[in-house]
Amino acid sequence: MQDLLYFGQQLINGLTIGSTYALIAIGYTMVYGIIGMINFAHGEIYMIGAYTALITITGLATLGVTWLPVILLIALICAMIVSSSMGWAVERVAYRPVRGRHRLIPLISAIGMSIFLQNYVHLAQGSRNIGFPALIEGGFQFGSSGNFQMSISWIQIVIFVTTFVCMTALSLYISRSRIGRACRAVSQDLGMANLLGIDTNRIISATFVIGAALAAVAGLLLGMYYGSVDPLFGFIAGLKAFTAAVLGGIGSIPGAMLGGLILGIAESMTSGYLSGEYKDVVSFGLLILILLFKPTGLLGKPEVEKI
Amino acid sequence: MVAAHNLKHALFCAVITLVISWPIMGLKLEAVGTQITLQGADPFTWIAIGVAALAVFLFQLFREAILGRLGMLKSLNPMADRKPMPQEKRLKLESIGLTLLIVLALIWPFFVSRGSVDLATLVLIYIMLALGLNVVVGLAGLLDLGYVAFYAVGAYTFALLSQYWGISFWMALPIGALLAALFGLVLGFPVLRLRGDYLAIVTLGFGEIIRILLNNWTNVTGGPNGIGGIPDPTLFGMEFGRRVKEEGNVSFHETFGIAYSGEHKVIFLYLIALVLAVFTGLVIRRLMRMPVGRAWEALREDEIAARSLGLSRTGVKLSAFTIGAFFAGFAGTVFASKQGFISPESFVFLESAIILAIVVLGGMGSQMGVILAAIAVTILPELAREFSEYRMLIFGAAMVLMMVWRPQGLLPMRRRQIKLSTGE
Repeated sequence: MQDLLYFGQQLINGLTIGSTYALIAIGYTMVYGIIGMINFAHGEIYMIGAYTALITITGLATLGVTWLPVILLIALICAMIVSSSMGWAVERVAYRPVRGRHRLIPLISAIGMSIFLQNYVHLAQGSRNIGFPALIEGGFQFGSSGNFQMSISWIQIVIFVTTFVCMTALSLYISRSRIGRACRAVSQDLGMANLLGIDTNRIISATFVIGAALAAVAGLLLGMYYGSVDPLFGFIAGLKAFTAAVLGGIGSIPGAMLGGLILGIAESMTSGYLSGEYKDVVSFGLLILILLFKPTGLLGKPEVEKI
Repeated sequence: MVAAHNLKHALFCAVITLVISWPIMGLKLEAVGTQITLQGADPFTWIAIGVAALAVFLFQLFREAILGRLGMLKSLNPMADRKPMPQEKRLKLESIGLTLLIVLALIWPFFVSRGSVDLATLVLIYIMLALGLNVVVGLAGLLDLGYVAFYAVGAYTFALLSQYWGISFWMALPIGALLAALFGLVLGFPVLRLRGDYLAIVTLGFGEIIRILLNNWTNVTGGPNGIGGIPDPTLFGMEFGRRVKEEGNVSFHETFGIAYSGEHKVIFLYLIALVLAVFTGLVIRRLMRMPVGRAWEALREDEIAARSLGLSRTGVKLSAFTIGAFFAGFAGTVFASKQGFISPESFVFLESAIILAIVVLGGMGSQMGVILAAIAVTILPELAREFSEYRMLIFGAAMVLMMVWRPQGLLPMRRRQIKLSTGE
């Protein structure tokens, strides 16, 4: 029973982290699916989302707003607006001018953008990590007292529910709406979509904006879950989310979800049963193994090399 | 109609500029005790944000006109239609310039302060690293984001060998470099089948794994505390300390009967770094003109065509990767000896990014460009100390701008051409 509870606890923790990875991974996978580049600066967009949420929450507290749903909603909206604008601007400044050039050029540009954004926040907000107020406290306990108790906190439930809602909304949007249909068309064949009168530049901007908005949601959620933010916290999270996207099959939205959950569980199992320090090693190891043996990921389509 | 559209677009861009700069720059989070408060920025920042938004607005509004003017400027540039120098003349100039530079570098440390010689040693270490990475990224076109891992292997090899077996710098130098090359070989073998951008991520992951292992394998590597007491290099068994540390050695200043000075050691280390950097440059220069060097470039330009001409993809890429790693190991050993202390802190991803920035700024594939960029990137932040915190910000921006405007780098690589003589 003890072992089962312990295992359950790791599973819950893994699912929580994993679903936020999935939210960030959407940004990587959609951009890759459409223009075939790794948006290296996506982790920084997520970090900016977290910072904006924290700034909004602090601002609202100063103004005397205390009703929790309002605080969360306004923080969420502000974070999404700032992150989406950032995503749009990054695409406009750093990626659009180099689109279609040799593969390494957009990637180096993206790395430069990532370094730039990290240091932009570092200079503006300082390098120390800043505590994120615990807005949602409490939870449930399972198991008899005195022994190991499995706990599910409210924030974990909030994270699940929000992720689920976001993912469902995104799936519906991609499959039903006009822009979603155009997105799918562009990802299948950019040139042909262009010929058929789809404004591909707008669609590409839209994917960046959607990805950034979901990253901002993840930023708010993970900021509350971890309890602090710092300018470097987007980098590792971005790498993990990229791993999740590759694991599930880059370019595939359900794949990103699946990959995120698997990665989250693998990490929490490692920190639960081995050591917390090696969880990054496990996820990068997983990434390397997946790329070596199944580069298309779990749900991805194989890419044919054309001459 | 066009004007109205332009105005709308310009307004939109200006609003976006405000949105992305106002909350992050204008409102600073301050932790006061356990409470977090918001602090408004100083008026200067506000003015800067306003000016930026206005600039974006005006630029977008008159985009066509401004770009048109810029195009005109190019034709005014007197250098624009100058013919490139004939190859023989350029090569001659280049070799004279390089020789002068090396001679100058040899005598220079005897006339300047200890601090600048120390800095120059660091510059030389970066030159070695950048030249090595230049082989991988610039010539073979493999984006390696975990290059710093090989640097770490070189540095830690020397540190551990000297700590556990008391092996000296000169022994550790080849061992460290070879071990780094071995790491490159072992890592490269499986991953080089991957496509460009996947390769970049895998190497990044590998670099992080090495760093995490160094950080956590506390009984061997000392973990975050690092390893200290790394010995200085000796000159034919002569030590540079005031007192001889090891039995049977003599000290440099006593042998030559000169007064002890701490500068001797610094200058000696600088000279070693100089010799190694020149060695690195020469070896790579030779390799570039050998069949293997041409194969690197062929594979970078068109993989499918190169393979159909019979080049072994794995073999060629692996050779570039291994050679790059070898020189990183070299640089790592010198670095460990210069610092006397190493810890995983020195081998973070940012370091890889700096070396990559050097290669990109200098011009991928161009040795001269990479050397000049390494000097500039290391020395400029030292000269402008008050701006040193903006260093990485500027690097990031420079990388983006270079990719947008001048992806070939500041001093692009020029291919050496050989013509058949058209005589009898």
